[in-house]
Amino acid sequence: MHVDPFIDPHPNLTPAVLQGLGWLYLVLSVMNVFWCARVLKQDEHVRIRLFGMLGKGVEIPRAASWAIYSSILATIAFMHMSWSSAEYIGKFWLSLTPDGLIESSIDSIVANPVSYFVLSIAGTAMMIFFREWLVKPTVGWIMLNVAILFMALSMTDYDFRQIVGKPDNVPIVALLYLVGGFTWLYFFHAVENDRRLENWDGEGAIPVLNNEDNEKVLVWPDLVYAELICMIAVTTVLIAWGIVLDAPLEEPASSAKTPNPSKAPWYFLGLQEMLVYYDPWLAGVVFPTMIIGGLIAVPYIDFNKVGNGYYVFKQRAFSVITFLFGFLTLWVAMIILGTFLRGPNWNIFGIYEFWDVHKLVALNNVMLSELFWVDLVTPITGFAPEYKNSDPESVKTLMILIREAPGFIALIAYFTVLPPLMAISCLKTFFHRMGFLRYMVFTHFLLMMAALPLKMVLRWTFNLKYLVNIPEWFFNI
Amino acid sequence: MTVSAACYAESTHSMSVGDYIRGSQIWKSIFRHPAPYDRRNRIVVMLTNFFLHLHPVSVKQQGIALSYTWCMGGITFFLFLVETITGVLLMFYYRPTLEWAYQDILALRDVTTLGVMREIHRWGAHAMVITVWLHMYRVFLTGSYKPPREFNWVVGVLLLVLTLLLSFTGYLLPWDQLAIWAITVGSNMARATPVLGHEGPGFQLLNLGGYDLITSGSDARFLLLGSRFVGEETLNRFYILHCVAIPLVAAGLIAIHFWRIRKDGGISQPL
Ligand code: HEM
Repeated sequence: MHVDPFIDPHPNLTPAVLQGLGWLYLVLSVMNVFWCARVLKQDEHVRIRLFGMLGKGVEIPRAASWAIYSSILATIAFMHMSWSSAEYIGKFWLSLTPDGLIESSIDSIVANPVSYFVLSIAGTAMMIFFREWLVKPTVGWIMLNVAILFMALSMTDYDFRQIVGKPDNVPIVALLYLVGGFTWLYFFHAVENDRRLENWDGEGAIPVLNNEDNEKVLVWPDLVYAELICMIAVTTVLIAWGIVLDAPLEEPASSAKTPNPSKAPWYFLGLQEMLVYYDPWLAGVVFPTMIIGGLIAVPYIDFNKVGNGYYVFKQRAFSVITFLFGFLTLWVAMIILGTFLRGPNWNIFGIYEFWDVHKLVALNNVMLSELFWVDLVTPITGFAPEYKNSDPESVKTLMILIREAPGFIALIAYFTVLPPLMAISCLKTFFHRMGFLRYMVFTHFLLMMAALPLKMVLRWTFNLKYLVNIPEWFFNI
Repeated sequence: MTVSAACYAESTHSMSVGDYIRGSQIWKSIFRHPAPYDRRNRIVVMLTNFFLHLHPVSVKQQGIALSYTWCMGGITFFLFLVETITGVLLMFYYRPTLEWAYQDILALRDVTTLGVMREIHRWGAHAMVITVWLHMYRVFLTGSYKPPREFNWVVGVLLLVLTLLLSFTGYLLPWDQLAIWAITVGSNMARATPVLGHEGPGFQLLNLGGYDLITSGSDARFLLLGSRFVGEETLNRFYILHCVAIPLVAAGLIAIHFWRIRKDGGISQPL
């Protein structure tokens, strides 16, 4: 198929894109040359046998496969650069097929809140579970390569570029890679410290990383120079970023023209995503306050005194797991969802999908009170908690409370029955070591945090919109 | 050999330009001690220099290990300084009125020399949000919030909130579509504040003789916007919050944050 970039308004490939990708592949190739050198120094070999039976096979250095990979990348880089003129573009083959198998299968996973959320939870859980395998340098390196190759290939899709390339969205791409990288780095250190602590007899200094010759050094020059270099590096990055990428400036403000979608600044998109599941008074006011309050409470809740001053997992498994889920799946993943996947009418779109304003998604949400009264109780008993506008206030209030009783009971049970129940079962030791007040604060913050995923599940399974639905008082939960 | 040539040879031999400058009265009046080439003067420089005395004279190796601190707190602080400097420069060109705000930003983009300051300011702000999250991430993962550093963690959380608020208030200033609608979406939440928002649960609780005290003209959102919608009063409010109020509070808290790092015994160490 011949794509003429001067005619097609949505070209998947343009000379500029191929040029840019050429540079990206070149950088990746050079990175892998360095990696190759590192592997060569370790001097490991692998045995290659043809079809597993032809003789003993040959022994080759492990680095050889990295060398081959680097040279393939270099070739690809060269190919991009030399084919990046308009006449060749139609013949260029290294790109995602529009709506092909890869694109449509990735989109069908991410463009669905259920699979997206399950995936982010499962990803975090697997990372924690397989951490010892994850932190192998080769594994980390391969994952980095896959992440960059995924990005590079996706850039050949017009719709992907539209959303990822928005100037204000570039930092979020950076955030994604930085959070991934630092999480890996954490596990890299934590797994090593776990291993060291396991073999420790408790004598002498604690044998964690950085602590072998943790002598005092003079701040001048050791720290002052490091800071200077760091400042120069940050300044350089900022200036380069500023020159390459213009700050966005759209049309002059107009209160008459509402953009679709209207999005909050990117760092609040996790909160905006909560609006799908909770009303503004919760998603926009109560939960943010709870997040801040919960963070402030962290040092006063965590009674575990070990694990201060070094990266570790096993000694603090509970607090680390809670924090990882909170930060990675409930904050970062929600921001990614809000930024890259939420389109017009707050519908969810795939990363390779065109933002169609007319996409229709059926909504048939129900209230808990409807499920309880209309579907269950009223047909049997004939009683329906309704009121007429002429009724006195006290009757109205009573009817509302009766109508919403199932939701209130569920909520009260959630917050009052679960904490003591956990105190005598799964959180027994916590309760004993924390004392009553601390334990109560802790469990309530924990239940608040769990309220978001729980509501999501209720929405996906029962189409449940509200547990308590009192529009008369602007009170919906 | 002439006398002057001999003097020249002599001076190049014994005295470099650097030595000459460091020997001058001006230099000595500023720095008051010899260059930090030996141990004694490396200590003295930390004690006598105003900027360096933020630091102790010596620290444990781990405190400066990049693999430990990820340098994220330091970078956040540096970005705060960059934002202050570029922000002051931008203030010379920007007027927070409906008539001029957008025009001034346009001019920064199209005609102003060094208009790239706007880019640096905006990307610096985004970067600061990211680095402050990563800083919190590392402080948590190293357990550095545990005693005796609980309170500094609290100060940190407040700084995190202020960083987000700084970014949020600045978002409105270009006064383009992106700006007002993002602020509209963000501030609409305040309408639903329990008791204090005119669409929040319990707003009827505050009333006098049957008249609601909380209306769209007196609720939490109105306090934030100075108006019933995002308008000129909002621009003025956000401008002052962004350029004066929040930076001052943040600077004060950063000072406390750094003071507490020293008083709590420096960067956390394995015991
Ligand atoms: C404007 C924002 C902030 C600035 C400029 C800042 C700056 C710094 C700096 C320079 C350090 C020295 C060590 C390092 O770089 O890691 C530090 C340490 C620390 N920060 Fe922050 N920080 C900020 C926000 C926060 C936040 C959001 C938190 C936590 C919620 C926090 C909690 C701490 C704690 C507990 C320490 C002591 C760490 C230790 O001893 O290992 N800070 N901060």
